Amino acid sequence: MKDIAKKVLSGDSRAIARLITLAENNDPSANDSMKDIHPHTGKAHVIGITGVMGSGKSTLIYELTRLYRKQGKTVGIIAIDPTSPFSGGALLGDRVRMMELTMDEGVFIRSMGTRGMLGGLASAVYDVVEILDASGKDVVIVETVGVGQAEVDIIKIADTTLVIIVPGLGDSIQTLKAGVMEIADIYVVNKADRAGVEQTVAEVESLVDITCSEKERKTPILSTIAKHGEGVKELIIEIENHEKYLKKTKEFETKRRLRYEAELIEIIRKRLMNFIFDEEQFKDKVELLIDQISKKQIDPHSAAEEILSKILK
Amino acid sequence: MEKKIRVLVAKPGLDGHDRGAKIVARALRDAGMEVIYTGLHQTAEMVVETAIQEDVDVVGLSLLSGAHMTLFVDVARLIKKKGLDDVLIIGGGIIPEEDISKLHKEGIAGVFGPGTPCEDIIKFIKENVKR
Repeated sequence: MKDIAKKVLSGDSRAIARLITLAENNDPSANDSMKDIHPHTGKAHVIGITGVMGSGKSTLIYELTRLYRKQGKTVGIIAIDPTSPFSGGALLGDRVRMMELTMDEGVFIRSMGTRGMLGGLASAVYDVVEILDASGKDVVIVETVGVGQAEVDIIKIADTTLVIIVPGLGDSIQTLKAGVMEIADIYVVNKADRAGVEQTVAEVESLVDITCSEKERKTPILSTIAKHGEGVKELIIEIENHEKYLKKTKEFETKRRLRYEAELIEIIRKRLMNFIFDEEQFKDKVELLIDQISKKQIDPHSAAEEILSKILK
Repeated sequence: MEKKIRVLVAKPGLDGHDRGAKIVARALRDAGMEVIYTGLHQTAEMVVETAIQEDVDVVGLSLLSGAHMTLFVDVARLIKKKGLDDVLIIGGGIIPEEDISKLHKEGIAGVFGPGTPCEDIIKFIKENVKR
């Protein structure tokens, strides 16, 4: 086993941080360590937190983490913010709301840019969850970017997904739309001191009545005021209840299988894309085909066919 | 491999003016770097712990209160003590000319005063980043 993998397993912060960097950069030297730590993963409960920007995700994570720490649990936090499609840079600012956790040895926070992923996550997030899990964190919290309606990839990685809503973002038809509003294991109506909170809760309740009428478990709805820590204790109890429910039913295995499937697809996608778009043998050909498409000399489907036929032979 | 330069932009101490830090953070973002912004009132210990967890290549400190000879130096010494040898340290703010060479000696490799074009900082980082 590589030294860095051993150190990750012992909970060493610098080793954890470095292995995350290697995984994020698609550095081939990360592969061996990821292989070594995999047998030690699967113990952490993974909580996904998603919601529109400004809904209070980071603040809620701060309060949740404080309570988990009081219970003696260690916490890993992955905070994702968008990467610029123009410069490739990112401003990662979620730590601002979690500043007080910095010096707590039982908490490890990592900020990530999406680096081209569109589903609300970062491409390397699967690796980072495994690393924090293997390092012995009891709970791993993944904060998505501020989402719109369709960024639902968080369900592929989280055991428990929290969808954070705030009052005043639209009428009841918004809650009925497909996408983000469908993926919650727990709904959290945050900023519950704002006007319109009763209506928002009522709308989500009617949504749950419609969607959960046939199901064994009815999705709970909680009101919180994260900045004052209100409702967070109740939220932790609901997360525990959900964890128990998952383990009692077959759903836990189903969720974990879904995660590994998504992770496998992501690894293959990444390597295949790098192979086609970065390797010397294809790079020029791809550029040439794009030129030809622009000039209407070939259509995109035929161009894709041409590239794939070269790989598949 | 897709290496990106990661920069921690931190405001140590009690100084509450972060406009400059935010402008620099944004310029670095637009130069393709990943900028971790931590907010105000950081202790040296917090800056260094954040640098460790985020595995940054650069620590950028901003201070307008005049306490740079204490706070910048505290951060630089702690970085050294923790053995983060591959981290580039830079600083900016209202820093008198005579302090600059002392800060260099303490390991703050780049010191940028008011009016520095952001391009200068970007260029300095790209040329001096250690890994």
